[in-house]
Amino acid sequence: MRRMRKGHALAVVVLAAVVGAFAASAATVRAGSTAQGGLPTKIGKGEGRLDVIEWPAYTDKSFASKFEKQTGCIIHRKDAGASGDMFSLMHAHGGGGGGQWDLVSASGDASLRLIYAHDVQPVNIKLIPSWKDFLPVFKSPAHNTLNGVHYGVSVQWGPNTLIYNTKKVKPAPTGWSAIYGQKYKGHVTIPNNPIQIADAALYLEKVKPSLGIKDPYELTQAQLTAAVNLLKQQKPLLKRFWNFAPDEDASFKNGDVWIGAGWPYQTLQLKAAKVPVKEIVPLPTTGWADTWMLAAKAPHPNCAYMWMKYVTTPQVEAKQALVFGETPVNPKACSYMNKLEKGSCAGYHLNEPASYYNKIKFWKTPVPQCGWQKSNDCTDYNAWVQAWAQVTG
Amino acid sequence: MAVDAGALSAGPSLRRARLRLSGLLWRRPWLKALGLLAPPLAAFLIVYIGALVALFVASFWTINSFTAAIEHTWTLANYRLIFAGSQPYLHIAALTLEIAAAVTVTDAILAFPLAYFMTRLASRRTRALLFVMVLLPLWSSYLVRIYAWQTILAHDGALNWALNGIGLGDQNLAYTNWAVWIVFSYVWLPFMVLPVYAALERIPDSYLEASADLGARGWKTLRSVILPLALPGLVAGSIFTFSLTLGDYITPLLVGGPSSNFIGIEVYRFIGASNIPLAAAFATIPMLIMGVYLLIARRIGAFEAL
Amino acid sequence: MTTRSSRISLAICSALVIAFLWIPLVIIALYAFNRSNIQGWPITSWTFHWFSVTWHNAEARSALWLSIRVGLATTGIALVLGTMAAAAVARFRFFGRDTVSFLLVLPLALPGIITGTALLRFYSFAHIQVSIWTIVIGHATFCVVVVYNNVVARLRRTSPSLIEASQDLGADGWQTFRFVLWPVLSTALVAGGLLAFALSFDEVIVTYFTAGAQETLPIFILDNIERGQQLPVVNVVAFFVIAITAIPVMLAQRVMRDTGIIRSGAAQVTEAVEAAEIPAV
Repeated sequence: MRRMRKGHALAVVVLAAVVGAFAASAATVRAGSTAQGGLPTKIGKGEGRLDVIEWPAYTDKSFASKFEKQTGCIIHRKDAGASGDMFSLMHAHGGGGGGQWDLVSASGDASLRLIYAHDVQPVNIKLIPSWKDFLPVFKSPAHNTLNGVHYGVSVQWGPNTLIYNTKKVKPAPTGWSAIYGQKYKGHVTIPNNPIQIADAALYLEKVKPSLGIKDPYELTQAQLTAAVNLLKQQKPLLKRFWNFAPDEDASFKNGDVWIGAGWPYQTLQLKAAKVPVKEIVPLPTTGWADTWMLAAKAPHPNCAYMWMKYVTTPQVEAKQALVFGETPVNPKACSYMNKLEKGSCAGYHLNEPASYYNKIKFWKTPVPQCGWQKSNDCTDYNAWVQAWAQVTG
Repeated sequence: MAVDAGALSAGPSLRRARLRLSGLLWRRPWLKALGLLAPPLAAFLIVYIGALVALFVASFWTINSFTAAIEHTWTLANYRLIFAGSQPYLHIAALTLEIAAAVTVTDAILAFPLAYFMTRLASRRTRALLFVMVLLPLWSSYLVRIYAWQTILAHDGALNWALNGIGLGDQNLAYTNWAVWIVFSYVWLPFMVLPVYAALERIPDSYLEASADLGARGWKTLRSVILPLALPGLVAGSIFTFSLTLGDYITPLLVGGPSSNFIGIEVYRFIGASNIPLAAAFATIPMLIMGVYLLIARRIGAFEAL
Repeated sequence: MTTRSSRISLAICSALVIAFLWIPLVIIALYAFNRSNIQGWPITSWTFHWFSVTWHNAEARSALWLSIRVGLATTGIALVLGTMAAAAVARFRFFGRDTVSFLLVLPLALPGIITGTALLRFYSFAHIQVSIWTIVIGHATFCVVVVYNNVVARLRRTSPSLIEASQDLGADGWQTFRFVLWPVLSTALVAGGLLAFALSFDEVIVTYFTAGAQETLPIFILDNIERGQQLPVVNVVAFFVIAITAIPVMLAQRVMRDTGIIRSGAAQVTEAVEAAEIPAV
């Protein structure tokens, strides 16, 4: 065994220099690109390809293959499991989707982050004919429209509902207080998501008006602390947090959980599996809504516009709603939904009056800008993530 | 081992060249080491270590709360936050460490008898069968196995069904840290069996015979001869079980309870909130733990047994 | 030295551990026949329906095929790089030798999410578009060490005098490798390669961050688990994979067993050399 000297030492020095250079520059700020000036006035020729970051099944072949045949835009999809992942992917490679992605189906808890980070660009909603048919709340919602500028087009949504087992929960609950009280201790479930703090804040808005909560997504530090305390008090009542909709389904079916916050999708799945559940929507409640947002550096913007136009038409909206388990933003989809699955339009709450939708507080990314008190000291999403760690930790 | 007639007939000049190259490499072994080591080390260093260093450096920076861009303001704020008493992060790290240790010990206890049986007592055929039965679960999708456990441990699940069948009451293990411990122990078990099997296999029968000749009974031989020789294998397996548990976030999310918050989950959330600096700061904890653990393992000679 | 009772109790312990390992797999197989989307117990209605659904599911097939390709590429890289690194470390003493082992274990020792995020940022910096190769590189980082450790352990037990003797007899580098080193190393390489492939085949966290629109099998499974519209498809796929991989695993075990004579022979020789304290050159 001989000792190495010069050659290897030299190699190590060279490698260390390379590593150092990379380390220094890899951590550089990669400024996102600003949105391209000027909106397109018409949709040009398709580029033959469309790259999307989506929730699973948002470009399901059952309704996307017709689009691919019609437009020639072949869809390449990456499925994300959480809003945060969508943001990480869009923000990588210099931001703006890195020139790799065209569209992202962001939920309200990530959409504002994408806008402020300059990862998405404004969209000309005049190029999307179905937009004028949308339910009014989804035309220019606060989570994808800033100062009248649309950063995407709403596509689907869902309310947060209260699901309960009719055999175990008697009498039938009438409001959210059912999951904050001791009665069903050890059999409650809520989503495992920092945005759940808004649900607690919404509840406090009603029961503790002295806190002055005006918007459950724009909380001062004191209001955030109060919401966290409420959640900490609720924690001993929980059997578990649920991460994906099927988790909640399984827990209800297995008898671990009797009551909890969920979505119409779970209720319909459980009913199909003959589990005795019922759902109420105690207004006001929170809800999630997804927007197809156009990446700032989208390489195939024409195909992107074609998709946004296609997926918001009533028939496709109905198909997607039933494939994924959510509610369309286009009420004209109602009849198509009922044709595909009887009673689904009502089951997914698409046939409600406008006042109903006005009472749903859709997810909005918490940002420091406080609209209701004209200041910049509201807690941002990072503070919410850390607050959520306090609840779960 | 016949001499390769083909090489000889490949032409005398080619063979001479090969011999000259071999001679050169033999005389200057460092050249050989460089040639052997440079491609993998270079690839590895540049890609992985550089990225890690970049991440670590970022832990001293902050992010702009409006634009989520990383700002190069040097600060210890992230570390102060992680290590603050009022914050839950140290508690989360402690829980993760506790479960990782419990899982490692459990897997060691489960793996040892099986590995011993496989190496010493099983016939050749049985050993082959057992080897395949230990290895095959590794191929069957980690996610699906976790879901199977969800079904087993649920209130109306297979475990309660079996317990009720033999007259015992329901257990309430679902969505607790106990469930996380069980599932982790289950998922990493093959990783512990294999190195222990390799280590035990290396012990020559003559050692055990000598020990018996010297008058040692079963337990004494186990304690004084077998265990010390098997220790590198146990430590090697524990590197897998410990590190895989420290970083995992999927299992505690899917089978854990409201208080099963692990390091991996929080790192995942911080990254999702694009707070890379805070994620990197928190991630230094498992990095440090594993660094210390690996140093100790190397001292015990575990790297020889992997 | 083992008494009859200890032999029996060891056999029982082993059987219990094997049962512990396999009961969930049996459950997975059972749920492939479950009609409902929700995994409740006991199963009330049975069906073969999901088998035909999976068979016709092009996405499942392409995901499986992609995972196999990624696994093979990763294993290939891990075998080459791991052997090279192991050969250098086992044969030579040089500055930073111990650090090499430490550095190679890091990707396995650190949380997958750290590796995934670090690599994603690297790809950003180097303007590398995510593709099947970014996945392979990601997997290779933690698969190299598995091969490396096996080969290092084997080489450490192989006397260097074997190589000297071979060269004394007139063999050049390639012949030495082919006739002396390869038989000694083959089982270590097979074991390392097998484990590397298994690690890559089932990896989800690093893949998630380093993949573009490519869907490996674990990503496909994760998608279906999140949606739950056809959960039994996942069980069918898992069941199928277990059944199919039994064959290559058994074959690999056979390879390792057949050359076992040489392996244990070399081990005996090494032990004897060490015991006699013949100084190595």
